[in-house]
Amino acid sequence: MIKIFQNTKYDFLGKRRGTLIISLVIVAFAIVPGLINQLSGRGFFNWGVDFAGGILIQVSFTQPTDEAALRDVVEPIASGSQITRFGGENEFLIRTPSAGEGTTQVVEEITEGLRQQYDAGFTIARTEAVGPKVGSELQTRAIMAVLLSFAATLIYLAFRLEWTFGLAAIVATIVDLLFTAGVLASLRLEFSLTTIAALLTIIGYSLNDKIVIFDRIRENLKAARNRGDFAELVNRSINETIPRTVMTGGSVMAVLLVLFLLGGIAIRDFALIMFLGVVAGTISSMFIAPVVLVWVRDRVGKNKTKEPTTPRATRVAV
Amino acid sequence: MSGTLMRRLLIIAAAIGLATFFLVTNGINYGLDLKGGMYLALEVADPQGTMTAAARRDATDQALDVIRNRIDEFGVSERNIQKYGDDRIIVELPGIQDEERAKDIIRQTALLEFQHVLPTTQVEAVLPRIDAAILRVNPELVTAADTATKPAEPSALDLLFRQQQDSAAAARGDTAQSATGGTPPVSTRPEDRPLSSLLNQGPPGEFLVAVENVDRVTQYLSVPEVQRLLPRGVVLRWGRTPQAQGAQLYRSLYALQEKPFMLGTAIENALPGKDPQYNKTIVSFELNRRGGRTFGRETAAHIGDRIAIVLDRQVVSAPNVISQITSSGQIEMGNAPMTEARDLALVLRSGALPAEINFLEQRSVGPTLGNDSIEQGKMAGIIGIILILVIMIGYYRMAGVFACIALFVYVLIVLGGLSAVNATFTAPGIAGFLLSIGMGVDGNVLIFERIREELEAGRNNRAAVDAGFQNAMGAIIDTHLTTLITALILYNFGTGPVRGFAVTLSVGIIASFFSAVFVTRTLFLLYINRRSPTEPISI
Repeated sequence: MIKIFQNTKYDFLGKRRGTLIISLVIVAFAIVPGLINQLSGRGFFNWGVDFAGGILIQVSFTQPTDEAALRDVVEPIASGSQITRFGGENEFLIRTPSAGEGTTQVVEEITEGLRQQYDAGFTIARTEAVGPKVGSELQTRAIMAVLLSFAATLIYLAFRLEWTFGLAAIVATIVDLLFTAGVLASLRLEFSLTTIAALLTIIGYSLNDKIVIFDRIRENLKAARNRGDFAELVNRSINETIPRTVMTGGSVMAVLLVLFLLGGIAIRDFALIMFLGVVAGTISSMFIAPVVLVWVRDRVGKNKTKEPTTPRATRVAV
Repeated sequence: MSGTLMRRLLIIAAAIGLATFFLVTNGINYGLDLKGGMYLALEVADPQGTMTAAARRDATDQALDVIRNRIDEFGVSERNIQKYGDDRIIVELPGIQDEERAKDIIRQTALLEFQHVLPTTQVEAVLPRIDAAILRVNPELVTAADTATKPAEPSALDLLFRQQQDSAAAARGDTAQSATGGTPPVSTRPEDRPLSSLLNQGPPGEFLVAVENVDRVTQYLSVPEVQRLLPRGVVLRWGRTPQAQGAQLYRSLYALQEKPFMLGTAIENALPGKDPQYNKTIVSFELNRRGGRTFGRETAAHIGDRIAIVLDRQVVSAPNVISQITSSGQIEMGNAPMTEARDLALVLRSGALPAEINFLEQRSVGPTLGNDSIEQGKMAGIIGIILILVIMIGYYRMAGVFACIALFVYVLIVLGGLSAVNATFTAPGIAGFLLSIGMGVDGNVLIFERIREELEAGRNNRAAVDAGFQNAMGAIIDTHLTTLITALILYNFGTGPVRGFAVTLSVGIIASFFSAVFVTRTLFLLYINRRSPTEPISI
């Protein structure tokens, strides 16, 4: 039988100051590129039409053409539009900003303009037109969904384990989310509904990962005859679950890497975000969530499985 | 073989059989993003914001019925038209080719009114006061418009009209130019007569307005003060199609009796056709019995007058009544193409929308792009699964093989489950599917690691397997339940694509739990029963 990381004794909680610093760096990484974008007037994220409203048309031509020629057609109809080459040889993405209530109408105007210029020499592969109302609504709904799923997880874990566990899991998941947001903002990846699906998947995976470790902590707490050092117990639990963390995380990462490399242009961004999110989620399950858990329990100090506050734990709390 | 094992195998066989049955009978329903088609989100317009919530709800329900009728007559297979929330309608049309036409059919209010055409004299009588009102209320509107657009050259018709209007000046033989600064109350300078200078006398009951002035006239007429000055019971409506007088194109502006004497609801049937005499496109309609009686009475009383057939507040035709008409009539559409006549007949048959429609969202995917996405998704899925097989079998050996069998059962159950609930498989749905595969694999990893721990602690095979499943169960239940809760929240809060993700994730979670726990365990029991307790198991 092949064994990896069996009976390890790594000290995950020894460098808690380091954890704090790394978390802060991640938070900064998440916020700074977005802020720079925001200040330079490009928006915190590269909001796609789903959220910003506007139009996206993917069009392919039978004859070679270029961005400039397309701009001449599109600009008089919808000013401030972006035209980029996409995928295939003569395939382009046309993006236009929101035109208020009449946004969906612009699709027809552009199609008509293309018809006048290129006759039948083009096919429209995809159009998306989102009015201002839907865009802002989708944004609110997505945020609502995330907050609600956090609340539900917190409540569930409070019942199953204890609220401190729920809080620690959520704080660590938020750090993962911030890291992913930082990647999105700095690479200017388009923020679309698919991105929301990816972020929600990351949240799901990340929470899942933390719950597995926390379950082990709970089990060890129950079994522990001597109410020893809680931090030590947490550390042991993480070590015990390392083989599982590596196997599961490794399999998922491998699949996502394949998706990123072979999945084609449509799912490349999706796979990239997911991959980075899963990496972040796996790391934070071992390094951030347990630290937060120990911290919170030290501070609250009213847990049922009360352990004597060891000098080491107090040192950490400072 | 023990009884429980037999029962387990039967349950698994039943699950596989059921999944295969649904998969074969229902097939996989691909979403619009994969098979191509158009998605529209629309709502009933309320520009003034005067509708109450209840009125909105009613209007939405009515619109839903009308749109459903229209799409069904248009003939789109597997269309999906549903209400979303209280006041939104979602229309999904797979494989649609002509998107603009489909939108037009949905959008057309198709409010058909039959109104009497009135002489223009009543309106002419108040024109001087209207001109004055426009100047008084909104002088900047006039100057802004005048500097913005070149006033039209006075045409022969225009001059004729001015003479009629300005009979005093005409009697003195003054030309329009020499009358500048002429006697009050009526000035003939165009800048003093912002509206009337743009109106030319047409056939009885209509003014003619040069097409370039149409927007300006519409603007003037929308001023509340002007509306108040119009004679009671009279309403002005534009003609639908412009008509040429020499080189100049004109739109008609009709004076109509405000209250229609009949509505499109009186129409029983409408058919497109060609006028055999002039080869013009027409839509002929038949009236129901009640409508026929009304029409007969009104036409009999107005022989020699004109009646206007008004569609969506625009006059489509205004024929002279030659004799009494009781049961049928026709709408003339000039040289319009037959498809337009067909679509108009269709919307007349399916009834009018209660109000105008706003399109909030429109998404469409062409058939080739959809196909490419399906192929890429399948490819990526197959490679991903093969990768997992290699990792699991490489690391866990025999147990890994069990996990892989469980994974196949899982894929079958998810696909069968999705077709059983008639869910659609979208691109984000594939993401949900992948996440649940990941969770299924995770479940097996958790179990196998626990079994290994127990074996290391010195338990015998049977006890180690039992304890391994037992101990891993807590974590498996917790992770699956939290993910299921998240999926349900997403389903409730998400729209279109996010919902697709939530549906496959939910079905996947349930299937993953069944396969990772139940199927794997059954395979383990089979395996252990066949070997002696002392022989080491391959994990």
